Amino acid sequence: MILVPCPHCGPRNASEFRWCGEVKPRPDSNRATPEQWRDYLYLKSNAAGWITETWYHREGCGRYFRTERHTLTNKIRVTVDGGKPEPAVAETGAGASGRR
Amino acid sequence: MGVGKLWRGISPGDGRNDAGRLPRLRGRYSAWSLFRHGLTGEDWPLVWRSHELKPSYDVVIIGAGVHGLAVAYYLARNHGIRDVAVLDRGYLGGGNSGRNTAIVRSNYITPEGVRFYNRSVKLYEQLAAELNFNVMFSQLGHLTLAHTDSSLRTMRWRAEVNKLEGVRSEVIDPREIKRLVPYLDVSPNVRYPILGALYHVPGGIIRHDAVNWGYARGVDAQGVQIHQKTEVTGIDVEEGRVAAVRTSRGRIATRCVLNCTAGWSSVVAAMAGVTLPIVTYPLQAAVTEPVRYFLGAVVVSGTLHVYVSQTDRGELVFGASVDPFASYSTRGSLEFTEELAGQILELMPSIAKVRLVRQWAGLCDMTPDFSPVMGVTPVEGFHVDVGWGTYGFKAGPVSGEAMAQLVASGRTPELIAPFSLSRFSQGQLVGEKGAASVGH
Repeated sequence: MILVPCPHCGPRNASEFRWCGEVKPRPDSNRATPEQWRDYLYLKSNAAGWITETWYHREGCGRYFRTERHTLTNKIRVTVDGGKPEPAVAETGAGASGRR
Repeated sequence: MGVGKLWRGISPGDGRNDAGRLPRLRGRYSAWSLFRHGLTGEDWPLVWRSHELKPSYDVVIIGAGVHGLAVAYYLARNHGIRDVAVLDRGYLGGGNSGRNTAIVRSNYITPEGVRFYNRSVKLYEQLAAELNFNVMFSQLGHLTLAHTDSSLRTMRWRAEVNKLEGVRSEVIDPREIKRLVPYLDVSPNVRYPILGALYHVPGGIIRHDAVNWGYARGVDAQGVQIHQKTEVTGIDVEEGRVAAVRTSRGRIATRCVLNCTAGWSSVVAAMAGVTLPIVTYPLQAAVTEPVRYFLGAVVVSGTLHVYVSQTDRGELVFGASVDPFASYSTRGSLEFTEELAGQILELMPSIAKVRLVRQWAGLCDMTPDFSPVMGVTPVEGFHVDVGWGTYGFKAGPVSGEAMAQLVASGRTPELIAPFSLSRFSQGQLVGEKGAASVGH
């Protein structure tokens, strides 16, 4: 599989992590309409190229962080701010898979 | 096995084939034609031709897999629409239509899903006769094992929904399972004892390449053009309506475009400015060396994330759940084979000495509710037949038939109305998570 560069534990096998999906701005909870919430929940860019995504190091430090990954080659790097996650992203954990 | 001959039609745009010696394509396969060719030794006619790209078509179908070809086939056969181009970036049936594990079944959990796939099974049953092409459909039965009380409950639920829709499914006990598949370990002394199974009688396996080739032959015989190695690079939308498709071989003016591109559907939809509720995950599969026929049915275990069938050649074909993160890479991983081996040996310890010879991956366009997305989009003339995730091949004929009806009539057929793109904005999801695949 691939090595995910955890900013706290170093490169570890992807099977230690839960993939939380692409980063997407969360709507303002005071003003968002149901349609905006549904867009936020369901619609994905699913780009074939560089994406920004969130990982949860389930079998490691237990922290959330962000990476940039090329979805065609799986080249992966921590975001320039050191993988700092937005709190909102950490809470939602959107994304389908993660059976491990 | 004649693959070289099938593929002689692949070179795009040499034009020679059109004018040349190929009109004999329409000859039917029969015992007589086999006898005649055996005597004369002459070449078999090509199964499909290649063409020059025309500047315009009534309908452009993106993706020459089973879905794209089936839509083209039923457009021509049922509705007389023949000015159609089926485009593919690579070669015909080279995407998921040639990478899936070829299981056909209809034992879903929602009435919408059961009705839909049951129609597909019925079409597959007639397909060989209809296409005059042996698609090798073996309805040897399909077992979904239950290892926990909760999954046994789900099996009962599925069986009842199936029966109400007239589909033959029933819950059977371990003794009966042992009778159907003697090589399964049904003893209680394992980590995940088998408590029962959903036995789906009409389920089975099919030769997926033959389905693609058969449809391609039928499509070509009706005058529809298949264009391989023709990559779509853009879709022109004017005033909210499709105007043209730009390809690596030139621009095609058209008012109607169908996106049948499986894993790549988000990328193609984005060209028309449509965002889909889809995330693309690789799904890996593997195959063993051929062994003598011993596996009486397709065996699936959701708890162990594995399914297995035996092909007519004797190979065991395995599949599992999707990879744990989204990607367009089709590279296999060691984790997959390790986990697969552990889980399949839990079920069938006796195959420990059989060697795996190959593994590969396909790209699954997963939706949030594990149901497909079929029908119209906010862009007029741009239709989608996507979101098939891990279960697209078994739906090829029925979605082709329904999408053809939609294109021809402009109205969404009732059978596919529950699967519209607008269900996500309306909150009307069709939850198939419990029955769509393993390991979710």
